[in-house]
Amino acid sequence: MDASTDNTTRRRIALTVNGRTVEAEVEVRHTLADFLRHQLELTGTHLGCEHGVCGACTVLVDGRSTRGCLMLAVQANGCTVTTVEGLAAADGTLHPLQQAFKDHHGLQCGFCTPGMLTTLVELLADNPQPDEHEVRVAISGNLCRCTGYQAIVDATLAAARAMQAPGAAQRPVEAPVLPAARAAR
Amino acid sequence: MSLAAPIISPARSGGSGETLIGKSVPRLEDDALLRGQGRYVDDIHLPGMLQAAFVRSPHAHAAIRRIDASAALAMPGVRAVYTSEDFSPHLVTDRLVVGLPSSHYKQDHHRQVLAADETVHVGEPVAIVLADSRYLAEDAAMMVEVEFDPLPAVSDCRAALAREAPLVHRESPHNLLAEFDMTYGDTARVFAEAKHVFRESFWQHRGGSHSIECRGCVARHDAMEDRTTLWTSTQMPHAAMRVICEILGLHERQIRVVMPDVGGGFGPKLVTYPEEVCVTLAARLCGHPVKWIEDRREHFIATTQERDQYWETEIAVDDEGHVLGIRGDIVHDHGAYTARGINLAHNSAENVPLGYEVPNYAMHVKVVLTNKVPVTPVRGAGHPQGTFVMERLLDRVARELGLDRAEVRRRNMIAADRMPYRTQLKARGGQWVTLDSGDFPGCMAEALERADWAGFPARQAKALAEGRYLGIGVANFVKGTGRGPFESVTVRIGPSGKVQVLAGAAAIGQGTRTMLSQVVAEQLGRDLSNITVTTGDTDATVMGLGASNSRQTVVAGSSAHVAAQTVRAKVLKVAATLLKAAEAELEIVGAEVLVNGQPARRIALGSIARALAGTAGYTLPGGVAPGLEATEQVIIDDMAFSNGTAVVELEVDAETGGVHFHRLVFVHDAGRMLNPMIVDGQLAGGIAHGIGNALFEWMGYDENAQPVTTNLGEYLLVTSTEMPRMELFHRETPTPINPLGVKGVGECGVIPMTPAIMSALEDALSPFDVRINQTPISPAQLYALIAANAKP
Repeated sequence: MDASTDNTTRRRIALTVNGRTVEAEVEVRHTLADFLRHQLELTGTHLGCEHGVCGACTVLVDGRSTRGCLMLAVQANGCTVTTVEGLAAADGTLHPLQQAFKDHHGLQCGFCTPGMLTTLVELLADNPQPDEHEVRVAISGNLCRCTGYQAIVDATLAAARAMQAPGAAQRPVEAPVLPAARAAR
Repeated sequence: MSLAAPIISPARSGGSGETLIGKSVPRLEDDALLRGQGRYVDDIHLPGMLQAAFVRSPHAHAAIRRIDASAALAMPGVRAVYTSEDFSPHLVTDRLVVGLPSSHYKQDHHRQVLAADETVHVGEPVAIVLADSRYLAEDAAMMVEVEFDPLPAVSDCRAALAREAPLVHRESPHNLLAEFDMTYGDTARVFAEAKHVFRESFWQHRGGSHSIECRGCVARHDAMEDRTTLWTSTQMPHAAMRVICEILGLHERQIRVVMPDVGGGFGPKLVTYPEEVCVTLAARLCGHPVKWIEDRREHFIATTQERDQYWETEIAVDDEGHVLGIRGDIVHDHGAYTARGINLAHNSAENVPLGYEVPNYAMHVKVVLTNKVPVTPVRGAGHPQGTFVMERLLDRVARELGLDRAEVRRRNMIAADRMPYRTQLKARGGQWVTLDSGDFPGCMAEALERADWAGFPARQAKALAEGRYLGIGVANFVKGTGRGPFESVTVRIGPSGKVQVLAGAAAIGQGTRTMLSQVVAEQLGRDLSNITVTTGDTDATVMGLGASNSRQTVVAGSSAHVAAQTVRAKVLKVAATLLKAAEAELEIVGAEVLVNGQPARRIALGSIARALAGTAGYTLPGGVAPGLEATEQVIIDDMAFSNGTAVVELEVDAETGGVHFHRLVFVHDAGRMLNPMIVDGQLAGGIAHGIGNALFEWMGYDENAQPVTTNLGEYLLVTSTEMPRMELFHRETPTPINPLGVKGVGECGVIPMTPAIMSALEDALSPFDVRINQTPISPAQLYALIAANAKP
């Protein structure tokens, strides 16, 4: 901890974001979403309501979908965070979910899309072969005003099939859920 | 399925390979958006940028006595606080005068840039605070002391018409903003003579658009050029530029308005807002770029809303259910200011008889001020209300005469062989409303067939025997789309060989860039990767109208098509000269022109463009004018009318009032489809919005016009688990009034949903004789209706 830091308003945090180690000094009242967007310039995470309803700001924290607007940046200290920018492979290949969204018109304005994708990455990690109802329940906390959700559901089911297909690339994005580690935190 | 001759035939289009028209090509927009590389307004970071927060009125109506910003200004990181008094020396006028013209206004009430002495709705901006961060700006906004003197407010637009009602604006003579009649035929006679006259009252409530991205803007002033750029989440950048120039007394080169990626519009972003003027002026005054991002609460109290209307109607029919006439009164809630015009009330009244033979019609409309957020178009723009009323009236006729609901509609629909059908209605610009094309009865018949309407009574009876309440409902709609007079599109090929499309159209998530690329590529090489599209930039396109009225594919698509054809003709003419070939032998393939069968003889589009850029002292090839570009504004004054039919089958839980959809069939005719995938997407979003209007979205105000639903926990948007699977079907009746044969689709899904759902709910609850003449209806309200009529 930097001795000059006023611990009541600013603190240093260290976390992993999209596979990269990040150390930063943050204002204690800044949300994780604002930290990602404005301090790390990862603007793919969007804010739609800032009161935890719309789900646009959803990111993965230690593999779990988390509202970036309802978590403070300091609470992410020591965590592994994945944002929409971290979903594609290192060579730029779209994640199967991203590709399926493109193929099935799962996005229009694109504003809810990052939160949808991160939420669905978690779903497919937990449940690689969901049925339609399970997909709908998974995204029931993510609002979309453009699509009526159907194309998102169809895209997700297609992505699940693609990821199950023989020879499908193993995706490292879905950070393994570690209940023990979460409990210890 | 209508199979009229295609308006664009392969023989008349350019390029090699398969046509791009009618193909569900992947959207060009998607890759960046999926990677989190979209650039929305809040993603813009500029050096030295300050963050703005607005001080807003907490009162629905109040006098402003005093504003003291000293405490706010003393806070660390706070750079400026501007009030109306600070701004007024820099304003030519302190009002945003934007209302569409009409002779029906009785009084003008234009929005203030910042409220000066009086505030007339909760959320009206009173001051703007600039600080180093948004957190600090919001802290400081709470420290600006505004001394308000509350005044009586009026919330209900019917109450506002009472003689003793509080005045929405204290200096006004009354609260009636405008009044007009939409009348034809002789309703007095037919109602006097009709065998059957049925009376119905309707209430349709207001809601918001609730794009997931709220509004927001960033302004940067360049003192060297005396020019300010405003990036704003708008649907109409050119209108914003004009309004800001007028208010600030600037000429058109001094303001540039640019749309970044926009996270949804759905109507309210077509309005130019006080905040956009304030942020632009603040940036000019403080010398720093300024950003303001609306939060969701502000969106509830400061972004325009729509749909509150009260209707008293009568329908006259003969014994067979043929409509003889419709008449009635509409009281339309206008909110506190004119932020767009009286077009919504006009649309509602015009929409009622649109799809049917209604020989006599008289609607008296009152547009009424209330102390609420101004009312401007939300997806559907008045049309859903008109369709709701017409379809509910037809259901009433069916019930009274013991006829099938679909049969009553069939008997009154305008037949396909009567197209084009000149109605007796006049559009807001004074031109006759003429239905250009369509097969309305055929569309409904297809929907009924696909939904197995005929088999429903058996399903219903079986369910009822099990104690379950199933209902089915049908609703038709007709919607004018593609409002003119034009959209401006430039197609240009430069020495790079890239085809640049510059459009006054506005991309707000509907795939506008993909649509324009398809239309232009069809003429110029059929390689979508060789097309670049710029929309929503007043520097790129001098004229533009932007996104509204389901218009872009119709008007911008048509201009893009004609401009691309013009450029194509020039390409071929010059290539023929340079390649010493006949034009008929040439083919544009990707970024090159080939002579048929002789791949060795070819020239790049970029080379042609370079030749037409001119070389000093040399003549231009082909005897043509310089440059390889064309700008078109195809003028289309008449609307292209889309139509469709929704059939909803649902179940009501009589013990909770819960509604569960079983099927939702939607058959739609938007003329020729350029990209069926995108058409499906537009319809699906509209349908979801319509379901929200029917069952979920309630923008509450108390009797003092205080909003009581100001977050997304209180105001419910439909979620994935409430949405049924939508079965979408298309018919393609090309319109003859534009060169692509296209009609608009952006608003169509929403329009028939409320009447189809209410019809189905009444049908399901027929054992309880439930009547629903309002939107929305909540489970609690449904349960109350069931309980009130439950037989002991």
